[in-house]
Amino acid sequence: MAASALKPPALKPHEIETADDVGAALRLRLAGFMHTLRDNGFKVGLAETNDAVRLLLSPLARRPHELRDAFRALFCGRLSDWQAFDEIFDAYWFAKGMKGIVKTSGTSTKKGGKTIREMVEAQGNRQDGLAGDVERTPGEEDEDTDDEAAGRREGASIAENLEKIDFRKIHDPDAVERANELAERLAHAMRVRLTRRDRHRRKGPRLDLRRTIRHSIAHGGTPIELIRKGPRERQLRLVILLDASGSMNNYTGVFTRFVHGLLYNFREAEAFLFHTRLVHVSSALKERDAARALDRMGLMAQGVGGGTKIGEALADFNRWHAARVIHSRTCVIILSDGYDTGDPERLGHEMATLRRRCNRIVWINPLIGWQGYEPTAGGMSAALPFVDLFAPAHNLESLAALEPYLANL
Amino acid sequence: MALDKKELAKALSETGYVADEGLATALVLTELLKRPLLLEGEAGVGKTEVAKALADLYDTNLIRLQCYEGLDRSDAIYEWNYQRQLLAIKAHEGSGESADEVEDAVFSEKYLLERPLLAAIRQDKAPVLLIDEIDRADEEFEAFLLEILSDFQVSIPEMGTIAARSIPKVVLTSNGTRELSDALRRRCLYHYVDYPAPDREARILMSRVEGLDTALALQIAELMAKLRKEDLAKVPGVAETIDWAAALVGLGTKNLQEDQDLVFETLGCVLKTREDQARVTREVTDRLLGKVA
Repeated sequence: MAASALKPPALKPHEIETADDVGAALRLRLAGFMHTLRDNGFKVGLAETNDAVRLLLSPLARRPHELRDAFRALFCGRLSDWQAFDEIFDAYWFAKGMKGIVKTSGTSTKKGGKTIREMVEAQGNRQDGLAGDVERTPGEEDEDTDDEAAGRREGASIAENLEKIDFRKIHDPDAVERANELAERLAHAMRVRLTRRDRHRRKGPRLDLRRTIRHSIAHGGTPIELIRKGPRERQLRLVILLDASGSMNNYTGVFTRFVHGLLYNFREAEAFLFHTRLVHVSSALKERDAARALDRMGLMAQGVGGGTKIGEALADFNRWHAARVIHSRTCVIILSDGYDTGDPERLGHEMATLRRRCNRIVWINPLIGWQGYEPTAGGMSAALPFVDLFAPAHNLESLAALEPYLANL
Repeated sequence: MALDKKELAKALSETGYVADEGLATALVLTELLKRPLLLEGEAGVGKTEVAKALADLYDTNLIRLQCYEGLDRSDAIYEWNYQRQLLAIKAHEGSGESADEVEDAVFSEKYLLERPLLAAIRQDKAPVLLIDEIDRADEEFEAFLLEILSDFQVSIPEMGTIAARSIPKVVLTSNGTRELSDALRRRCLYHYVDYPAPDREARILMSRVEGLDTALALQIAELMAKLRKEDLAKVPGVAETIDWAAALVGLGTKNLQEDQDLVFETLGCVLKTREDQARVTREVTDRLLGKVA
């Protein structure tokens, strides 16, 4: 019977049916399965485990495919879970087709291409947190703390200088680290100011009866003062598409930190990363710790640093994500140098589609800061007619200049 | 209730809903685990119909909460009938009752307006509670809904806590226009409702359209499956297919191959944007029909 494949070899079928509880070995196996699911991004908790045990005891567990249906309904929370589930289930319980599945958390399964983390580190960015625990010797650590103290004391002047230096030209590891931090702080400040704008309540079109009556108590129950309510203003949502191709190598490190700063804690923001394909990285970037966020993002976006197919990435975005992440007050920010190995016509077409959907498109191009740069690259000139703001972003100052524009949207 | 998904699927098909195996399993599980069921899928794949069929199946009320942006407690749970309360206060003015007595009278059952969520937990027989298009409601409302879904009680400050008389069977639907919170997703069983496979769609058509014979139903279903693979701006759902099948039957079609003109002319039943109509030209229609047996 096929069902035996489901159970650990130590247990015979009748033992499971007669046992009060599920056998210890099977419980262990189930715990392992839950672990695998969590490693693959499923949000499952203790309540689900308990329910899973109940399912194993129910008649559903007799046939593997029925159990799979049942587990799928129980464990999946979203479409991506749904699509991945069968493969993970088969891989775990039948041990087949293991490729593409994250087996343990924390270790990256590197297959060709650089991860974001590696790229950031290649820039000499020493990250606190994960990597630091392993790689630093005590002596270095002392030095670091000294540096930090010094940095605090003379922070202002250094920061001023850093703001104007092109990211390409920052090579000193400490300077890179500080540039990253600055970018993140800047992004954070932008976030705060942007959201605060929406706290204002306007007089609305409808009467708020509950409050009107509450206020009428002071007048002996006669509603003199009418309180109104109206739909709450929608927050501006940022959707960020970050180019992580080879040509953007010098900038990706700072930009990912910048995007992390925007996304961290900011409910209304989504981030995507693209090179030859598009990856949705919001969930990874909402991690509080920057180093861990970059780590997780690196895991999600294998093969970063290759060529760029902006048109195809945008097509992917338009087809699969746009309906969900774009609403009437959405600003799409594309961080890219516009060097495209795909078809410019396709890019133009997809930009037009995107244009129809969203409120504003901002294209941030680090190359604008270069002297004598003209947006003549095939892809860039095809995309330009659909862009509302075409801004430079080669140094921190130029990133900061974006804020007033975004605040006015 | 029966724990067997085959029986459940059969009972559902008697109410006019043709469920696939995965969905039947999920429905069995909602009974077994007492969890709400979250249905996601494109518009028009029959998510709402699931709840209606369930209500038919259990022979119970269907209480529907249609979500929209700005939906709040007073639209979803309860509201006081302010006008009547004001009148009552005026009427009590000369009666010499104490303030407490007036207050008790005014904040009583009589002046309470039930909204869907409160109504759902106050039924004697467990109803099916359909929370439709939850993705359209605000995130705050979602958090609040979670609270009700876990406790099944509503507290009204003026009256106290109302506990559920019966636990409703909850079905939530989402079109994916907004990402739902992980907390809500975790609370629920999940089923992704896909466009039905041709044979299932044919069975749906047979159960919904009178006077449709099997061969034509299969032809229509297969043509729809091909059509959905075209690059369309608005992919037609099952409801559109049913409309179209009814139209074809009404116009006396017996075989799509013989009535190619009619097929092209009635495509308006399923293609509802200008771009899509422009894209599916006569040639495309003929090509698609060519593949249908």
